[in-house]
Amino acid sequence: MNPVNYLYLAALLFAIGATGVLIRRNAIVVFMCIELMLNACNLAFVAFSRLHGNLDGQIIAFFTMVVAAAEVVVGLAIIVSLFRSRHSASVDDASLMKL
Amino acid sequence: MTALAAYTTSTGEAFQFWVLGTVAVIGALCTILMKKAVHSALCLAGTMIILAVFYLANGAYFLGIVQIVVYTGAIMMLFLFVVMLVGVTAADSLKETIKGQRWLAAACGLGFAILLFAGIGNASLKDFNGLAKANEGGNVEGLASLIFTKYVFAFEITGALLITATVGAMVLTHRERTERAKTQRERAEERVREGKHLPPLPAPGVYARHNAVDIAGLLPDGTPSELTVNKTLRERGQIRDVSSEALDDLRALEQRSTDRLERPDLRRTDTGRNGDGDRAEETEEASK
Amino acid sequence: MNTENLIALLVAAPLLGAAVLLCGGRRLDRVGHWLGTLLAAVSFVIGLVLFTDMLGKGTEERSLHQHLFSWIPVEGFQADVAFQLDQLSMTFVLLISGVGTLIHLYSIGYMEHDERRRRFFGYLNLFLAAMLLLVLADNYLLLYVGWEGVGLASYLLIGFWQHKPSAATAAKKAFLVNRVGDMGLSIAIMLMFTTFGTFAFKPVLEATAETSEGKLTAIGLMLLLAACGKSAQVPLQSWLGDAMEGPTPVSALIHAATMVTAGVYLIVRSGAIFNGAPDAQLAVTVVGAVTLLFGAIVGCAKDDIKKALAGSTMSQIGYMILAAGLGPIGYVFAIMHLVTHGFFKAGLFLGAGSVMHGMNDEVDMRKYGGLRKYMPVTFVTFGLGYLAIIGFPGLSGFFSKDKIIEAAFAKGGTEGWILGSVALLGAAITAYYMTRVMLLTFFGEKRWEPDAQGNAPHPHESPKSMTIPMILLAVGSVFAGGFFSIGDRFMHWLEPVTHHDHGDSPLSAATVTGATMVVLVIGVSLAWAQYGRRPVPSVAPRGSLVTRAARRDLLQDDFNHVVLVRGGEHLTRSLVYVDHTLVDGVVNGTAASVGGLSGRLRKLQNGYARSYAVSMFGGAAVLIVATLLMRAV
Repeated sequence: MNPVNYLYLAALLFAIGATGVLIRRNAIVVFMCIELMLNACNLAFVAFSRLHGNLDGQIIAFFTMVVAAAEVVVGLAIIVSLFRSRHSASVDDASLMKL
Repeated sequence: MTALAAYTTSTGEAFQFWVLGTVAVIGALCTILMKKAVHSALCLAGTMIILAVFYLANGAYFLGIVQIVVYTGAIMMLFLFVVMLVGVTAADSLKETIKGQRWLAAACGLGFAILLFAGIGNASLKDFNGLAKANEGGNVEGLASLIFTKYVFAFEITGALLITATVGAMVLTHRERTERAKTQRERAEERVREGKHLPPLPAPGVYARHNAVDIAGLLPDGTPSELTVNKTLRERGQIRDVSSEALDDLRALEQRSTDRLERPDLRRTDTGRNGDGDRAEETEEASK
Repeated sequence: MNTENLIALLVAAPLLGAAVLLCGGRRLDRVGHWLGTLLAAVSFVIGLVLFTDMLGKGTEERSLHQHLFSWIPVEGFQADVAFQLDQLSMTFVLLISGVGTLIHLYSIGYMEHDERRRRFFGYLNLFLAAMLLLVLADNYLLLYVGWEGVGLASYLLIGFWQHKPSAATAAKKAFLVNRVGDMGLSIAIMLMFTTFGTFAFKPVLEATAETSEGKLTAIGLMLLLAACGKSAQVPLQSWLGDAMEGPTPVSALIHAATMVTAGVYLIVRSGAIFNGAPDAQLAVTVVGAVTLLFGAIVGCAKDDIKKALAGSTMSQIGYMILAAGLGPIGYVFAIMHLVTHGFFKAGLFLGAGSVMHGMNDEVDMRKYGGLRKYMPVTFVTFGLGYLAIIGFPGLSGFFSKDKIIEAAFAKGGTEGWILGSVALLGAAITAYYMTRVMLLTFFGEKRWEPDAQGNAPHPHESPKSMTIPMILLAVGSVFAGGFFSIGDRFMHWLEPVTHHDHGDSPLSAATVTGATMVVLVIGVSLAWAQYGRRPVPSVAPRGSLVTRAARRDLLQDDFNHVVLVRGGEHLTRSLVYVDHTLVDGVVNGTAASVGGLSGRLRKLQNGYARSYAVSMFGGAAVLIVATLLMRAV
């Protein structure tokens, strides 16, 4: 098997995650889908690290994890405060920007 | 331990890839298709664990462990906490409200996947160098030497980012208390002043059948009483209604007793009534 | 003492008067008229001082110049407030301040019963200041200020009795018609600036030699338009007749003696431009000749004494314009006639005012008759003015008008013959209509009757303050012409400024004088036959077609109405239509289409984050495709 298959898997997971962001309305699930996309990216980075034979890809994946952690913290805080004020976790309910 | 082939992988790894990769894709699909957020979270956690295995297989030992410990262990638990806070069973209806959104999303996802596949297929990614050399002095040591030399600036900045995110989360979720909390005595006095619900609120659950907190207690006529369940559950619409079930049970019981006592019709006689029969009759009248 | 510094005082004195009188309020009501007259007299005295000073100098040194301050000092554009006093300006200064002072004096009596006399004197002073500024300016821009100033004063004074709708309308009409002429002047100034880079008299007039004829013709025609507006020449003549709605002193000062001659001044002052543009000169002579006849014919038919005199004014200014159009042959005579005309026409108007003063403001000559017994002073002074204007030998008009007719013949060629004949014909008609005025007013039977309220007029002689100016003006009417002409004094006086050319007349001076006498006798006898021998009906007979047309100012207003008003209305209507359909259509159509498009585009903004995410995602996909394609290429 060619290790490039890891990249295909990563691409597939990324596309699935993106589709999930687009179709789900529950903000928590949307967040999970974003996490899925980030993980897919991480997998690609790790595979690339192997491809190039150095550890830079892993470093980037590591930083991605850190940023993802920060993002989850803030994002979930937003979801909680949103739920408090609107009693709903639906992203469509927060559509005040339209006319 | 770092005998990773340059061009192909071992059969064991191929087998592992195909089996676990399939599971990972199924997990990802379940994440986006499951109705309940909890199920989605669990599926995602599964996918992440499989990804951790893949990291290990690709020579990223440190990341593999971090993936399990930090991601699956901490971040996904955070998700579950929020799901619990926001509503375990708050299943959002899967009915689409935006016209054409689902088709567009599917088309976009599919198109994007095809694009990425084409991109990867076009790229010349034949020569995998493998990490044997890079991991010579140990994976963790290798990463550390990179992080604290080449990437030290980015590392410091991520530290700042994490601090900021923590403060941000606190600011977002913190609510200032504007008035002193009432004491129990004050609450009791208030209740007496208002003159309603002097005793404690009725307990939830139906006697001898359901004792969960989300089951509303039944009134004498068989209708559920909203007072018996927690206000939060009520607001979320997470009350389970067992009144019809209970009434069916009662009717069956009545039928059985009628059969045993060989009475043609219990309701036509004034004798031998019991509480259950009385209640059933009232319920029927009410339903008429 | 340096006399140059006095020039500004000429303008400043009446300007001060205007400011004090107009801003002073009612507390000046009792002395206002004296103050105004005093300041006009101050101006006249300063003029006299400067005049004697000028006489004491050599011909070359007579042109004085005073630079007051830089008005608009901009790079490439220099406008100064500076005065130039040469022989031409001096003539005007004396005429304006002299006649002006007399008319101020006359107005004291004439406006005695008017509550707003102070304001009237303020306006008169304002007029004097503006008119003096006009003739003293050393550049066209400052001249334009004076030009507009006299226009304003004229407007204010014509409409002085603005409670009368006719006066208000007349003022508006005068203002509007003058605007057309003023437009000509402003365009002429702009043309000058683009052509010469300046508008001061000296550089402009010196540069004309090196300028193409086409440009000079354009400037000349624009100046002619300006002159037509201010001097009531055809085709901008229609306002002068109506301007007689103003008080009679105003008619005498502004609309006979001074302001209406500003056009002549402008043309003579710009002589160098016209000398270089024969076509423009021809246009000037044609305008002058046409107006000469036009005014005279109108003057024959009017029964309103002031309007008859207004027609006469128009006609006499036509003479001046005609003379000015003749070039160096005629400039001197134009100015000379202007001065003599200033005397006798002002005298005639003051006489008319005196008659009206005694006749309850009746203006219809058919209701006068036989007034010579009731107001002898007026009769004598008016009669002397009459003799002067018709050109009775020895009086002012004889000298000045005769010279113009001579000069017209001296133009030479067919043009000369035509212009000379027109001038002669004009002299005949002048004799006719002035005799008519004289006969209707002072001779024959008395024809006045009580008016609707039963107030019969009691003709009486006017007070001293009115008769003294009339007498002084009559003296001027009698002797000015002779004084100027004997020994060609006036010609030598003006020659350094305007230059003079004798031309070569096909007729000798004696022949022309003889012909003038003949037409004079014909005109007077015709009028005598019509109005002297027979009693005059107090209601005008229907008259011939020409008479009726002349009574309506030869249909000038009808012409203006049909051509300008109707034409303007049609033009406006079509423009409005175009505006509504085309312009508004384009504008509204653009707005509507943009609005419609926006309405559709707005649907994309549905507020759902997920929809936006789809767009982002699609955009990212497009970017990737583009990148891949670029790499493939």
